[in-house]
Amino acid sequence: MERTEAELIAAVLKGDAASFEPLIEKFSPRVFATARRYARRESEVEDIVQEVWLKAYQKLKSFRGEAPFEHWLMRLAVRTCYDFLRSHQRNRESAFSDLSEPEDDWLERFVHQPAVAREDADAARQLVQRVLQYLPPPARLVITLLEIEDRSVKEISRLTGWSVPLVKVRAFRARAEMRKILAKIAREKYL
Amino acid sequence: MNLAELQKKLIAVARANPPSDRVPPFFEKRIMALISGRPIYDVWAAWARGLWFAAAPCVAIMLLFSAVAFFHARQPSNPSIDLAQQIDNTLLAAVDQNNNSDSP
Repeated sequence: MERTEAELIAAVLKGDAASFEPLIEKFSPRVFATARRYARRESEVEDIVQEVWLKAYQKLKSFRGEAPFEHWLMRLAVRTCYDFLRSHQRNRESAFSDLSEPEDDWLERFVHQPAVAREDADAARQLVQRVLQYLPPPARLVITLLEIEDRSVKEISRLTGWSVPLVKVRAFRARAEMRKILAKIAREKYL
Repeated sequence: MNLAELQKKLIAVARANPPSDRVPPFFEKRIMALISGRPIYDVWAAWARGLWFAAAPCVAIMLLFSAVAFFHARQPSNPSIDLAQQIDNTLLAAVDQNNNSDSP
């Protein structure tokens, strides 16, 4: 018979480390999907997920079982991803003239016929990644959680540990930052 | 270029293309290998352990000071090294000298 999450956690806390393995198997897909939103290279993604699981194991005593284990784990995952973004801040001042040809073509198509520019195109995906990469870490996190994953402000507050007003302020600033980046792309492309 | 429209479109692109949730093979084995031998960190246990380790040096220092105080107290006090008296003598030395020279 399959053991429940609570039973597995209780066993780990009693010293049976092997009971942690089913938890890793069950929740790793969610953690990987989250990490891939913030890191591009697969080695970086694996490092993030590894860190999340090591933290989860070491802090398991702080899990009180009031909420599902998955919520607690995702909070840890989001905070680890945020730490990763902060420690890997790239130079965001670089030019956009290095847009790839497909990205350029997609933008061109969007300018002339917005409805025709497909959402599932590889170029569009790359362009989104590029724009997100140029956002500062708090802006990227809040845009990803609020706009892309469609989470509520309260949920983001729980995940990040930020207060609700802070999430709202950061969301406002993040949208403005994103528009600024898009304006820069437009300026470099058409001026 | 309509920037608001482009922003909406890019968000829609990101929503339409969620990242893969593929897990590399044997990933859980790798994590298990890393955590085996690592104890679960317990703040209270660490604090209690720290206190326990600190207890022995504290007792040793206490015994040392007790011994010093005990043996020092057993030695007969020497009036010549009474600090209060020495300060008294030094301060009143000039007055004493004057008194001595005034006397016939």
